[in-house]
Amino acid sequence: MTVTGVPADGRIGTPLLRKEDPPLLTGEARFVEDLVVPGALHAAVLRSPHANARIRSLDISGALASPGVVAAFTGADLREEWAQPLPCAWPVTADIKIPEHLPLAVEHVSYGGDAVAVVVGESREAAVDALDAVVVDYEPLPAVVDLQEALTDRVVVHESLGSNRCYTWSLIPDPAAVDSAFAEAAHVVKERYVQQRLIPNAMETRGVCVVPQPFGGDYTIYSATQIPHILKVMLGIVTGIPEQKLRVVAPWVGGGFGSKLNVYAEEALCLALARRLKRPVRWTEERIENAQATIQGRGMIQEIELAADRDGRVRAVRVNLLADMGAYLQLVTPGIPLLGAFLYHGVYDIPAYAFTCTGVFTTKTATDADRGAGRPEATYAIEPAMDALAHQLGLDPAEVRRRNFIATEKFPYSSAAGLVFDSGDYGPALDQALELAAYEATRKEQQDRRNAGANKRIGIGLSCYVEMCGLAPSRVLASLNYSAGGWEAATVRLMATGKVQVVTGSTPHGQGHETCWSQIVADRLGVDPDDVDVVSGDTALSPAGMDTYGSRSLSVGGVAVWQATEKVIAKARAIAAHQMEASEEDLELVGGSFQVKGTPSRSMAIQAVAFEAFTAHNLPDGMEPGLEAQVTYDPPNFTFPFGTHVAVVEVDSETGDVDLVRYVAVDDCGNQVNPMIVEGQVHGGVVQGIAQALYEEAVYDQDGNLRTSTLTDYLVPSAAEVPSFTLGHTVTPSPTNPMGVKGVGEAGTIASTPAVMNAVLDALAPLGVTALDMPASPQRVWEAVERAKKAAEGEER
Amino acid sequence: MIPASFDYQRAASAEEAVSMLREHGEEAKLLAGGHSLLPLMKLRLATPSVVIDVGRIRELSYLRDGGDQVSIGALTRHRDVETSELLQREVPILAHVAGLVGDPQVRHRGTIGGSLAHGDPASDLPAVVLALGGTLVVQGPGGRRDIPATEFFQGFLETALAPEEMLVEIRVPKARGGWSYQKFNRRAIDWAIVGVAAVRNGTTGVALVNMGPVPLRASAVEQALAGGASAADAAALAAEGTDPSADLNASVEYRQHLARVLVRRALEEAGA
Repeated sequence: MTVTGVPADGRIGTPLLRKEDPPLLTGEARFVEDLVVPGALHAAVLRSPHANARIRSLDISGALASPGVVAAFTGADLREEWAQPLPCAWPVTADIKIPEHLPLAVEHVSYGGDAVAVVVGESREAAVDALDAVVVDYEPLPAVVDLQEALTDRVVVHESLGSNRCYTWSLIPDPAAVDSAFAEAAHVVKERYVQQRLIPNAMETRGVCVVPQPFGGDYTIYSATQIPHILKVMLGIVTGIPEQKLRVVAPWVGGGFGSKLNVYAEEALCLALARRLKRPVRWTEERIENAQATIQGRGMIQEIELAADRDGRVRAVRVNLLADMGAYLQLVTPGIPLLGAFLYHGVYDIPAYAFTCTGVFTTKTATDADRGAGRPEATYAIEPAMDALAHQLGLDPAEVRRRNFIATEKFPYSSAAGLVFDSGDYGPALDQALELAAYEATRKEQQDRRNAGANKRIGIGLSCYVEMCGLAPSRVLASLNYSAGGWEAATVRLMATGKVQVVTGSTPHGQGHETCWSQIVADRLGVDPDDVDVVSGDTALSPAGMDTYGSRSLSVGGVAVWQATEKVIAKARAIAAHQMEASEEDLELVGGSFQVKGTPSRSMAIQAVAFEAFTAHNLPDGMEPGLEAQVTYDPPNFTFPFGTHVAVVEVDSETGDVDLVRYVAVDDCGNQVNPMIVEGQVHGGVVQGIAQALYEEAVYDQDGNLRTSTLTDYLVPSAAEVPSFTLGHTVTPSPTNPMGVKGVGEAGTIASTPAVMNAVLDALAPLGVTALDMPASPQRVWEAVERAKKAAEGEER
Repeated sequence: MIPASFDYQRAASAEEAVSMLREHGEEAKLLAGGHSLLPLMKLRLATPSVVIDVGRIRELSYLRDGGDQVSIGALTRHRDVETSELLQREVPILAHVAGLVGDPQVRHRGTIGGSLAHGDPASDLPAVVLALGGTLVVQGPGGRRDIPATEFFQGFLETALAPEEMLVEIRVPKARGGWSYQKFNRRAIDWAIVGVAAVRNGTTGVALVNMGPVPLRASAVEQALAGGASAADAAALAAEGTDPSADLNASVEYRQHLARVLVRRALEEAGA
């Protein structure tokens, strides 16, 4: 870390300690479960043990008779509560199939964990105990687990839809160009990769508490959500309660990784129960429920083909995806592959592009956004494919990449997929990463060990990545059939005493908004960051917002704060000029005071200006009192962070154990507001990507049972499993926004998975291993080595 | 993750704990550090109607030099075993392996007696005590009796403890010769996929973690070594007499392969 001893005045670019941390570290921070709500009832949800079954009958009388139980309901009991089913806001095609998704299933359950009944008790224990007394008679039906099996429609998850094919979405701007590139190619690489399902595992599970207000039919909904603003809209639609009657509060939220970017059955349930029972109703998710009933990530089969010329220059890329939707479409389930759909050419100048994705229903938990959402998948396809190309050509993986980089002078670069990359400079990031990884020396050590026949083999993996952040220009979202905009709102308000209040629509769940927004305002106004207060996560206090996901906070919400601050400064300048009897052009804002250029003794502090705006005793004619500005910023383009990561692994070819011994991350997220937070985001992101490569997998058996529903079986790695990371940065400011920022929340996750897997395969290549599914568990590696050995023996004979 | 309801009682001494066990019979479970029992209760895989908390019986937390052996109170926490200078000097494998159990939180709460009495074949300490040829001292209504570690583990999570008995002490011989503990797992906090404890103390004791329903001695390996076999030749017999199960981490075949590799590495490290 670079924190200790570094002077941090809080200006942009300094590692100011996080304002969020004292309450988090002392336990003062209050999460939904911590809120004391007198008289609140506790809901417990009964879930299907079957992946696919008809409900023959459901008897809740035993639960109703249990001690401490106030009410219990079946799906049929609550059917009339729903004005609309749970929403899917991203119907990616006109003919997409959308199954009806009710908060409680009525006749049919479609995955293990589907909610079938709810018990409401005076205590959580009473409600949970009474679940055992609900009697459900299921008629089990066959599960549909495998994607290719699902496509045969031998078993259809939702009979009313007639097929498991949810949609097919294509992006092939010039099919003839792709065909001719493959026809003329000197080298063709064809690879198949499996993106295993991941469980996001936010540290805080979900929780919701709905409090009916005493008068007026209003409800306050406390939820562990990333999206209070979107949730308010959607809960109004689902329950039929007018939106203005709803207030959503996201208090301290303990992580999300995308899993809380959703509208969940339990949120609607608690609202409907509070309406029906006229009492506060709360629900806290258990960890096993979190594995089953909160969305999962990834879940794809990817086919990628590269057409390259004799020199290894890639002329076309063709991608076919099968994407596992799970049993239902949650908020943005079908759109997740589209977030990667434009990036399967990676950082390479590939003139012909073809992408097709088919969404498939299975009897599993719904998938949706999981850190990176679409972009880790894209990177995991192109980067291992580039290694396969290097292998085919007998070239160093770094050299193949260099030959194909989009040249720096080509930016802004119009990609074959249809995006305009606003900026990029890929070579220096690769150079720096190779140097930090001691690439040449490590290659030599690798060769020495191979020559010596050492059991522990070294592998080196590269991953050059680009992502699209700053979700999103609203018009682009319209073209993708997304049902909302991509703007963000901010208000900056100087109060009578000169303190600053920032109201942001971007709602944090661990990122550090309060610190960074304070730094932006402090930097521009020249005030102490401790004098800046940030209000967020409450739709009553910050009515306009599009919330937090997709590494969008800084490059959309932060820019809105910047622009609102600039507007405040403009008004303050007018007031100061009026008061100082100077012209506005002659004033400059230095260290928190307006000074007359060349005459610094004539000055007026910003706090004094704020007081003048408050009293309104002497403002320019026609000026409104008060010193505040509101901005709603709709970004003109995405931003395009990039970088190179290098992983060095040691693979024990006897046991299959993979030891990650060195990890280098060079990231370019443009200008950094707080380098310490950037480092933290990279660290966490990298570990999460390493987790996909080596540890995590949501495993389902053939009957559709989730076998990894506890943290004993689902292997989330800790600090003990990873080395200290070596971080580097290049800085290529984004020209898309005035701050030159891009976003960094997902970069580590996007880059690291292919780096690690490329390293493992690099170590095993001399043994004849050319493919390996994730996670590269010891048994999988051992089996791959054994298979390759047997194949080699067969060839010798 | 809410356990079924149960009564909680706290015992101030081993005698009191035994009399509570007598009163409640098989409906009762002893609670020491709670790191095995409480997760089972939260998953409702264990639903004792009475939990007898023995965790605060101070008199059963000790490490004593007994001449040619070391006596360890059953309620001695892993952290105290790990950092004991007596053990580090006289039975270094035990101190070392105590430092590999779970994570720091587990090691500060969990006890050696709790780990052994739980009898989990995937736990580290049972195999170490087996390889050392230790003795377990149990207390019942009729007083104390000694059980050799080799006779203590009888089935999956089943031990030679009678329902009214409590484990009170573990005795291990001093073992300053070569030793090795090979713990093969994916994350530091995990149970071993396969583990091997090897101790040279006159003869060579070898015990296996997670290679069957109970913690096992690798008898074929020990006999081969006693007969003069090389480490590599003896290790090739490591899977004999084992009955490992398959799970998400390892197939039976892979476990047996790991046992052979890890026993060889353990014997080489122990200098056998």
